[in-house]
Amino acid sequence: MATRLMGARGWLARQPWIWSYLAALIVWGAIVVVVHGHGAIPTLSVAVQVATFFVIVGIGQMLVITAGPGNIDLSIPGVMVLAGFMAMGTMNGSDADLAAGVLIGIAVGLATGIVNVVLIQVFTIPPMIGTLAVGFILQSLAIAYSGGHSQVPAPALARFTTLIVSDVPIMAVVFVAVTAVVATVLRRSVFGRSVLAVGQSPRAAYLAGLRVPGTLAGVYLISAMLSGLAGTLLSAYSGGASLDMGEVYLLMSIAVVVLGGTNIAGGQAAVAGLWGAATLLDLIVTMLDVMRVGAGLRYVVTGVIIIGVLAVAK
Amino acid sequence: MGAARLRVALPAVALALMLAVIFWQQPRVMSYFGLTLLLNYSMPVVFAAAAQMCIIAASDIDLGIGPFLSLVNCIAATLLDARPAVGVGALLLCVAGYVVMGALIHVRSLPSIVVTLGASFVWLGLALLLLPTPGGTVPAWLTDASSWRPSLVPLPILVGIVVAALGQFLLMRTSYGAVLRGVGSNPRAIERAGWSLLAARMTLYGAAGVLGVLGGLALAGLNTSGDATVGGQYTLTSIAAVIVGGAEFFGGIVVPVGAVVGAWIMLLTGSLLAFVNVSSGWQLSAQGGILILVLGLRRLARGPR
Repeated sequence: MATRLMGARGWLARQPWIWSYLAALIVWGAIVVVVHGHGAIPTLSVAVQVATFFVIVGIGQMLVITAGPGNIDLSIPGVMVLAGFMAMGTMNGSDADLAAGVLIGIAVGLATGIVNVVLIQVFTIPPMIGTLAVGFILQSLAIAYSGGHSQVPAPALARFTTLIVSDVPIMAVVFVAVTAVVATVLRRSVFGRSVLAVGQSPRAAYLAGLRVPGTLAGVYLISAMLSGLAGTLLSAYSGGASLDMGEVYLLMSIAVVVLGGTNIAGGQAAVAGLWGAATLLDLIVTMLDVMRVGAGLRYVVTGVIIIGVLAVAK
Repeated sequence: MGAARLRVALPAVALALMLAVIFWQQPRVMSYFGLTLLLNYSMPVVFAAAAQMCIIAASDIDLGIGPFLSLVNCIAATLLDARPAVGVGALLLCVAGYVVMGALIHVRSLPSIVVTLGASFVWLGLALLLLPTPGGTVPAWLTDASSWRPSLVPLPILVGIVVAALGQFLLMRTSYGAVLRGVGSNPRAIERAGWSLLAARMTLYGAAGVLGVLGGLALAGLNTSGDATVGGQYTLTSIAAVIVGGAEFFGGIVVPVGAVVGAWIMLLTGSLLAFVNVSSGWQLSAQGGILILVLGLRRLARGPR
């Protein structure tokens, strides 16, 4: 019996993603109790739908953080905003230009990723400062490009981001599939194993013959392109881009990664946890809304949960 | 010491160049009142950067200093004016919060980036609970202190010099300062030499808390009102200021004088654009460009690794 319990604890310790789902479930349970079960399922599906945006940028931030200490992407909000405005500008409310708009959004990300990699690898600027500086520049480019005015998204893309069929948000389904692909790539591909190895020890990875600079470049490029995609989809979802739409993603992208069970020190990723953590953060907002609690307490609870989950999961 | 001089030389030259452009465009700034106006809002940045430097000295990072300034700002605009004793107690609790945070990070060996990220939400939430909408009244003594005009040297410059000198003395010249920097550079050696790492980290976080309180009070004095979201930008600005000023994220390498110079650089990028008639929309670009320029040049000066 004792050994079985020990075995269970060992298994739990190897499944760091479980905690975020457990916490999300508890918060959802609290909401169900408060609303006496009315609309319990729709509440969850809306939370998952909004969580999708956190997950998209979270995948990129997770790969970057997994590549080792000091690696972080703070250009995410800037990419999202500029990509959102340029994608909307390209679509201009026409389905014919949908694909071009999405491609422009991703291209903004790709260009940013290349600049990030050059700053980090050629000029050896610390990633936190390099990506922050790039994010600042993108934000002013977005101001110059748009003057704060956004065009409207292609109707088909707006429908895709908001569509919920019998309580299942379609966009979330698509990105659950993407998440599964990312998990498989991390586990099975050379690139994925390289990311984990570089995160554990860049020197050992180098001595083992892995391409360390190429791997690092890869995670920053992926993160930036996913941010571009997220900015495009978020703009479509909201009916247009806005200058402050990226702001919350700066810190939330990190929170989602860490709450999901990924090791902030790198070398170990918890892909599944992204969904639990992102849904948890959305459900907290919903819970305190239905309890008619103000924004102040909402932030305090969010902060306490971030520290609490971290302290428990350790 | 030679290496430290080199680290601070680059940002110092950058600052001098920026001031030169401003003086050339608008010679009237080159006066007691001109400099006071130009640099007034450097006081909260300087305090925030000094606080961030204490955390970076431990090879940690503080993602919550900005909202912490907001919280102090809101305490100053509510409790400190209505019930001064309660207000002072609340400010002491804020500092205690930082000390506890340092202890928690050390004892449970948690990543500082996540704990301070969580704390940033707590500070912002508490600030909003105290002051849901901007407003409130800041005590008269605080606004008086912020508009104090000392003879000879304008107040913001005096504050910068005092913070830089105190930081330089306490962290770089005292033996316990060496121990504190050891937390970030060689914690095992510090422990073997018989020093408590826990106490050292709590001291660094406590110092950051005190500096954060001073920054929030300076902000309250300048704005003469409270706003729960006013401090948000100071988190990243403070990190950038410390690193531009010559510090490293890892290894307990910090330069107190550099942090103050970095804070002035980050502040002046905004004014510089106004003086050369560029739209303020480009202010963030200017800050980003200066970050890349100073750090890129620093690495180039050091040569390839």
